Amino acid sequence: MATSYLADTAVLAGRPKSRRPSPYPHWFYLPAAIIYGVLFLFPTVAALFFSLTRWTLFNATFIGLDNFRQFFSEHSLFQSLVNTLIYAALTSGLKVVIGLLLGIMLTGQIIAQGYLRSVIFFPVLVSTVGVGITFTTMMHPTAGVINETLALFHIPGPGWLTDPHLALFSVALVDVWKGVGLATVIYMAGLVSIPRDYYEAAAIDGATGWQQFWNITLPLVMPATTTVIILSLIGGLRSFDLIWAMTKGGPGFTSDVIASVIYKQYQAGFYGLSTAGNVVLFVLVAIIIVPLAMALNRRQVQA
Amino acid sequence: MTLRISRRSLALALAGLGLSTAFATPSFADKTDLSFLVDNAPSTIAWADQLKKDFEAANPDITITVEQRPGGADGDNIIKTRLATGEMDDLFNYNAGSLFQQINPVQNLVDLSGEPWQANVLDSFKQVVTAPDGTVRGAPFGAAMGGGVLYNIPIYQQLGLKIPKTWAEFMANNEKIKAAGKVPVIQTFGATWTSQLFVLGDFYNVAAADPSFAADYTANKAKYATTPAAMKGFEHGAEVFKAGDLNPDFAAATFEDGVKDVATGVGAHYPMLTFAVSSILQLAPEHIKDVGFFALPGDDASKNGLTVWMPAGLYIPKSNTDHLDAAKKFVAFVASVAGCDSLNKAGGGTGPYLIKGCKLPADVPPAVSDLQQYFDQPGTATPALEYLSPVKGPSLEQITVQVGSGISTAAEGAALYDDDVKKQAQQLGLAGW
Repeated sequence: MATSYLADTAVLAGRPKSRRPSPYPHWFYLPAAIIYGVLFLFPTVAALFFSLTRWTLFNATFIGLDNFRQFFSEHSLFQSLVNTLIYAALTSGLKVVIGLLLGIMLTGQIIAQGYLRSVIFFPVLVSTVGVGITFTTMMHPTAGVINETLALFHIPGPGWLTDPHLALFSVALVDVWKGVGLATVIYMAGLVSIPRDYYEAAAIDGATGWQQFWNITLPLVMPATTTVIILSLIGGLRSFDLIWAMTKGGPGFTSDVIASVIYKQYQAGFYGLSTAGNVVLFVLVAIIIVPLAMALNRRQVQA
Repeated sequence: MTLRISRRSLALALAGLGLSTAFATPSFADKTDLSFLVDNAPSTIAWADQLKKDFEAANPDITITVEQRPGGADGDNIIKTRLATGEMDDLFNYNAGSLFQQINPVQNLVDLSGEPWQANVLDSFKQVVTAPDGTVRGAPFGAAMGGGVLYNIPIYQQLGLKIPKTWAEFMANNEKIKAAGKVPVIQTFGATWTSQLFVLGDFYNVAAADPSFAADYTANKAKYATTPAAMKGFEHGAEVFKAGDLNPDFAAATFEDGVKDVATGVGAHYPMLTFAVSSILQLAPEHIKDVGFFALPGDDASKNGLTVWMPAGLYIPKSNTDHLDAAKKFVAFVASVAGCDSLNKAGGGTGPYLIKGCKLPADVPPAVSDLQQYFDQPGTATPALEYLSPVKGPSLEQITVQVGSGISTAAEGAALYDDDVKKQAQQLGLAGW
């Protein structure tokens, strides 16, 4: 998880403008090029091919665009598309807000700073499926610890994962709990790099704490915000593991996201169809992320 | 998060890999070790362990390692992927009927038609593990099952209820059970596959009303949504929800919860397959005498009968080339009277066996003797649709959860399932779709 985030960050850093001659001889690239070709280029091309076939793993029959036609007529597809967008926007929005607040708190003068910093990061390190199973038990409508606690105060707890209107949001909240530590760390790095001089100057001019936050902190942590938004949005759009561990897209189809719809086609043995779904997901993520990354990076340069 | 691998540790790892593969080759071992992949239902594991024990006692030169996989759609996925990649265990169990047809038996499974024990297997089972080329590729693993309703006998006695022969009588019983403060119908949508019983278990009634349904359905002529008799299953699932007959935790409860609840009398009815009797023996053995069984009632009391499920098949994948003879020995053992006796010891005697000469234990649980009656009378049992037609949509369990928890109507559910079936038939490349 953490490594994939870091890899994504590297993409965001942009590429250097000037091209200097490489210090390495060409044969030096060969091992990396072979690995890249075999593990990344070939599967991408193969996926494009298989998305046009009826593929049973044993043999593939070319059927043109039928898989895409079938995938787009999948009845739960529209709902899953909406769910994916809700999930991605909700988790990335909450991670920005909560991550920034926690980041400010944890870079401030507080006791047990080191301990609190580790505690907030701990959920990031735990296996997603483990987190999902734990929360599924805790969110059980009658025997879960959350609703049993609510019952002590005579509050009837909802079916967190079984109420069709609530399931997606419950999973999104767990996703935020699990992922906010990473956002916090990114914000902490951004916050400590803001020179203290600005705050001192502002204090002399009589700026309130709120004004300092609004006019100094917020603009100057923009690079961190950009990183957090992009990373959590990509993560949210392709999110699958937590949803599958907690609801399997249920009850019925109500918390299906694109990735879980695709996985179900794969499960059913419709390999060509699920590959077509992956091509669609790839295009969708690209359509959303590429312009967003460009816009956010431009603002960053201006700021 | 950089990963530093020193040359020494890499060399060590490679050496270790080499060593472990060297040990794994059969030439090093004097015993043959067979790996055996089974689904993780508590009953199946108990059967597999008992069969392993008895087989190893009779064949000291062969050991068996039982491995587990999930059931339902996750299980289908594992079976298909492992077969396709040649990574399947030496032996595995998997559904007969339409799911058997979907794993490409001709290409993937060893032909067992010529095995001597086939003479003792009943034709009704051979049919459901016969590949398109006419060869038999599996042996029965377990006993035949019924799809219907497990009921709590003490509740029926206390309230003076009679076994319902029609759906109306069933709903009337539910009213009385609810009035007495018990849960009338247990549903366990936490394990989505359990939600399908009202639809799949209703097939006897569908076939009684419309005998040509299976053939027309396979030929893309009959649809669930447009066949009133076939719609009934979806309607029944919606009806018990609407009547407020379900357990409070129906949306999250699991199969194990359902088995325990019907055995201990928390609830009165649990729509289920009778193999669950074996799970009662694992989970609540002291209540095994408290659970009876009846077929899902239809509209006509004079046409009351049972939808029958065949046991899973035991198969040898073609990827097993090293231990083929040992694996065949094990299959022969499972398909023998000694194999049935072994299953009986593990609580597997939950219905009629498909092997000549096999007998159930003298003292069977009440649910099993209830089941047996349907087999003993002529014309009161019919195979489930998945044994009569290769067409079965993959999303039925999600659809029946939707219908059974009021998210969509029965009519919407049936129409959705018709689409699902069409997709599967097209992806299988069946003619006429």
